[in-house]
Amino acid sequence: MSTLTDPPKPAFRLSQLIYDTRYRSITIQLVALVLMVLGIGWLVNNTVQNLAALGKDFNFGFLDNPAGYDINQKLIDYDSQMSHGRAALVGILNTLLVAILGCVTATVIGVIAGVLRLSKNWVVSRLMAVYVEGFRNVPLLLWIILIFSIMSESMPQPRDFRGDEPAASMILSDSVAVTNRGIWIPRLGFTNSLSGNEAVASVEGVPAVASGGADWALIGVTLLISIVAIGFVRSRSTRIQEATGVRPTTWYLQLGILVIPFAIVGLFLGMTVVTPFLKGFNFTEGTHLRNSLIALWLALSLYTGSFIAEIVRAGILAVSKGQSEAAFALGMRPNRTMNLVILPQAMRVIVPPLISQYLNLTKNSSLAIAVGYMDVRATLGGITINQTGRELEGMLLLGGFYLVLSLLISSVMNYFNNRTQLRER
Amino acid sequence: MSDTTTHSVSYVRESMLAETAPPVTETGAIKWMRENLFSSILNTVLTILSIFVVYWIVSKIGPWFWNSIWDAGSLTECREILAAKGMSSHDGACFGVIKDRWQQLIFGFYPSEYYWRPVLALLVFFVGISPVLFDRMPRKMLILTMLTPFVMYLLLWGGAIWLPLMVAAGFGVGYLAMKALSPINGLLGSLGAIILPLIFWLYLAGPIAGQLTSFAPIGFEFVPSKSFGGFTLSLVIGIVAIILSLPLGILLALGRQSDLPIIKYSAVTFIEVIRGVPLIVWLFTASLLLNYFLPPGTNFDLMLRVIIMVTLFSAAYIAEVVRGGLAALPTGQYEGADSLGMSYWQSMRLIVLPQALKISIPGIVNTFIGLFKDTTLVVFIGLFDPIGLAGAVRASTDWNGIYWELFIFIGVMFFIFCFSMGRYSLYLEHKLQREHR
Amino acid sequence: MTHKPLGQKNDLLGNVRVETQEEVKMKKTVFLGALTIAALTAGVGSAATLDDVKARGSLNCGVTTGLVGFAAPDANGVWEGFDVGICRAVAAAIFGDPTAVEFVPTTGQTRFTALASGEIDLLARNTTWTFSRDTDLKFEFVGVNYYDGQGFMVPKDLGVSSAKDLDGATVCIQTGTTTELNLADFFRTNGISYEPVPIETNAEAQQQYLAGACDVYTTDASGLAATRATFAAPQDHTLLPEIISKEPLGPLVRHGDSEWGDIARWTLNALVSAEELGVNSTNIAELAAAPTNNPEVNRLLGTEGELGAMIGLDANWAANAIAAGGNYGELFEKNIGENTPIGLARGLNAMWTEGGLIYSPPFR
Repeated sequence: MSTLTDPPKPAFRLSQLIYDTRYRSITIQLVALVLMVLGIGWLVNNTVQNLAALGKDFNFGFLDNPAGYDINQKLIDYDSQMSHGRAALVGILNTLLVAILGCVTATVIGVIAGVLRLSKNWVVSRLMAVYVEGFRNVPLLLWIILIFSIMSESMPQPRDFRGDEPAASMILSDSVAVTNRGIWIPRLGFTNSLSGNEAVASVEGVPAVASGGADWALIGVTLLISIVAIGFVRSRSTRIQEATGVRPTTWYLQLGILVIPFAIVGLFLGMTVVTPFLKGFNFTEGTHLRNSLIALWLALSLYTGSFIAEIVRAGILAVSKGQSEAAFALGMRPNRTMNLVILPQAMRVIVPPLISQYLNLTKNSSLAIAVGYMDVRATLGGITINQTGRELEGMLLLGGFYLVLSLLISSVMNYFNNRTQLRER
Repeated sequence: MSDTTTHSVSYVRESMLAETAPPVTETGAIKWMRENLFSSILNTVLTILSIFVVYWIVSKIGPWFWNSIWDAGSLTECREILAAKGMSSHDGACFGVIKDRWQQLIFGFYPSEYYWRPVLALLVFFVGISPVLFDRMPRKMLILTMLTPFVMYLLLWGGAIWLPLMVAAGFGVGYLAMKALSPINGLLGSLGAIILPLIFWLYLAGPIAGQLTSFAPIGFEFVPSKSFGGFTLSLVIGIVAIILSLPLGILLALGRQSDLPIIKYSAVTFIEVIRGVPLIVWLFTASLLLNYFLPPGTNFDLMLRVIIMVTLFSAAYIAEVVRGGLAALPTGQYEGADSLGMSYWQSMRLIVLPQALKISIPGIVNTFIGLFKDTTLVVFIGLFDPIGLAGAVRASTDWNGIYWELFIFIGVMFFIFCFSMGRYSLYLEHKLQREHR
Repeated sequence: MTHKPLGQKNDLLGNVRVETQEEVKMKKTVFLGALTIAALTAGVGSAATLDDVKARGSLNCGVTTGLVGFAAPDANGVWEGFDVGICRAVAAAIFGDPTAVEFVPTTGQTRFTALASGEIDLLARNTTWTFSRDTDLKFEFVGVNYYDGQGFMVPKDLGVSSAKDLDGATVCIQTGTTTELNLADFFRTNGISYEPVPIETNAEAQQQYLAGACDVYTTDASGLAATRATFAAPQDHTLLPEIISKEPLGPLVRHGDSEWGDIARWTLNALVSAEELGVNSTNIAELAAAPTNNPEVNRLLGTEGELGAMIGLDANWAANAIAAGGNYGELFEKNIGENTPIGLARGLNAMWTEGGLIYSPPFR
């Protein structure tokens, strides 16, 4: 019997750092790390030197100084005496607003166009092809500018609504005004507003109607409670269905739970619909959807919609033909085939590129610069930087905001994507 | 039995009927319309709606095109011609502005006697990439492809030929170093292939080129970056950025696939940071901040800064495209390379990348289309891309107030470029699909 | 005519320049190449700006991307305008050649950084001289070449006669300027409301205003007049009497290089003094050829005294600057004056002797 002796443990040699794959990876990474740190240090060092040479410091104190400029579209309270930080926040909210609106409509337009492009109707499919190719192949910037100009050229001016025989009139029983400065639509107001009506500038001959944040919070909470309650009702009926096989009819109960508390709160707050009317140069009251918002929203939706249409089309074509043939063989109508058989399968192909389109749309909303929509690039990254000369700090904040937003969107969407993918397998 | 059958049938036709024409509703245009346009109520409604939309658009803008004026030297003149015809200034387009300024919209401020240079550069570019794009071209042409960037630089910017020659020579130095040192030690070879050219470029190329220029000043008239504008600017930024970003993008994609955590996460961070922030913010960074990050006193022109920024930007996108290509390769290819005992770089260079890049070409072309369209954003930092030039044209006293004509021209030009490139990438995708079956 | 002598002189100067230009061109090529190789180490030293400019062989002058009358490229790509005239005068003062200028178009957003980073040597882009720009942003305004103020333009049929009647109006403004700050202040002090529509460029704002998407267009009064001049029906629009701000527009340079600031400042002053002393582009050749009996003219044109040497330029620097595009008054009349489509009256920008504010310190 020979005894097994451990092979002699080789002493660590320096050359192993290069030749031994176990150590080489460490060497490579260390070298890379050192190079990277040196590179970053070089950049920081340059920046510090340059700032010193220009006599500038690096601080974010400017965010507390009064901004001094007005913003037309503000979702939160703001006036020119408030700080640059507040102005940036107003811009952030505006960016989020147009991004969310854009994503929703782009999806709707994209799905419709994608499905119609596969239609057997020659005229319709050609028309959709023209739409898709036209929007995909021309820069978004050009579309934004063109749509903005077309809107301001072709819609009537507010003063066309004036006089005994006006050149233009409001639509939908005098509740919506479409002008070349945007669209005024009715809004909800509260005569017994929690935040009080005194704060609202009253317009002659019309009682002031506020719609404060507190009112909306109250309504939101009420609706939330109703929805939770409806959830309970539904899970209860599911339990009954599992136990007895009969699902109790609860739609009237659900409707009641949704409507009655809402109505009570509405009555308590004195909820009314406030329609816009012409006063002075412009319409007043109501909600003003500005041209800049509409043009940007429309251009972003149509542009991104054309990309989504192609994604949807590719997704539908990716579902094998046998699936639809089998569905037809079972006697399903084309509508139900699409909804129940093809789309669910196509979604698997569609969702990942859709996410990147949403990301693109959000980033492209920074083209607001072309139409003067006051997004975060226009407030923080535009006027604030220009007035304070703090380009380094401002651009860092701006870049940071977009980065966080993108990462947030992609992680949320990836989460949903993973869930749908898992369920299907 | 046979006779019963013949007789039990009361009537049997013994000759064929003459062919008759199918019913009117089953032939030609009517059949086609019935099947394609009016097959159901919904379809009919859609058809009528679509036709109405088309009619409405054509009736709105058709006359404007129809009545357009091409022979006018200024907007006032154009309006006078329209007025003489009894039309208001809204009834007809003034395409005279295109006739007057089309050279500027396409070439910017490039000296007019040298217009052939950008055109030739574009042709050289197409010849250069043809072996990459169409695999029927002879492989030997790839050598020409490598020379393309230098020829293009020479044609576009001009100057003495020695400088691009020296830059190209640097690559030669690297190749020679690799050849000479590799037999001694592999690592020494690759180090030499990186460091020697760098030394050559940093310390030798400039002086040598300077000496050669003073000795034999052969070359083209130098055209500064400021003269670039219009579609030339868009194309130059787009093409230069895509060429420069390809190697960087491939490295980033490999880094992202790497097993080494530090390399992997720095590649991931770089890609995500670049992709997470809009191009316009990067362009403002190029214009407002890049000078802060470089050594004090460094200063170079805005176009170069934009090209650097756009290159980094598109590198991140190319990296994702290439990563898709890498992921699409069957694992067997990687394992096969490993089992042959190839080193990492050998397997990448000889097995993985050639296949992955081939799959990635349609994606790269699409990235280029996106990049080309995005070059319009440089207008916001004061470069004269087509949209910026449109602004400058409108700022001249002759054409102040002109609007749609310029944008329509620019839009049509972009459409022609992007649409044809898009068709090409589609063709490529279909071809790849066929090959895979 | 009396052009000849100066023309020859310029030719002489021009000949000298041809050599230097080629030399510089070579250097530039090498420099650009070095960058292309990613060297990034070489660079323009942060020495005196004048030395840099001389070494480069041309002046980098920041202008607008296009504003009628003030700066715009023509069909051949040659820049023209009132601000451009200042750039050319400074270039002529340094090199004797008004074409030795590289025009760098800047936007309202990028102009200050371009100057601070050294990308341009001089910014002549109708920029308002304000306290914070002079101190906090670290720039040095070398003078005022146009006294302006923010005004309002409205369509006549709107029936508005004063800016105070504009309660609730929609106002088109250009972003990245002092305009939006003035506007906020004006409406705030008067306790009236408005709806701002910020627009990036003058051309876009003009289109919006004409389409009626805003009731009022506000910007510097000169810009309003220039814009109105190009309308199909200028008589339908009127400028309101209120001028709500002081907008002294002038060229500016970086803080910290007073010698360079002096060159820009005194070139501007030379153009103004020339108008005051009756020196113009037609008689300058004659006046510069030999000393006249007016000592100040002689000092200005370098036929007497050492003024040129004091700021490090040739003796005939001012003569070259004036010959480049004429004196202040000529520049004004040629680019934005009453005989141009823009049709601005001199107003505040008349010589101080004629009731205006344009005034130059003496040359002695």
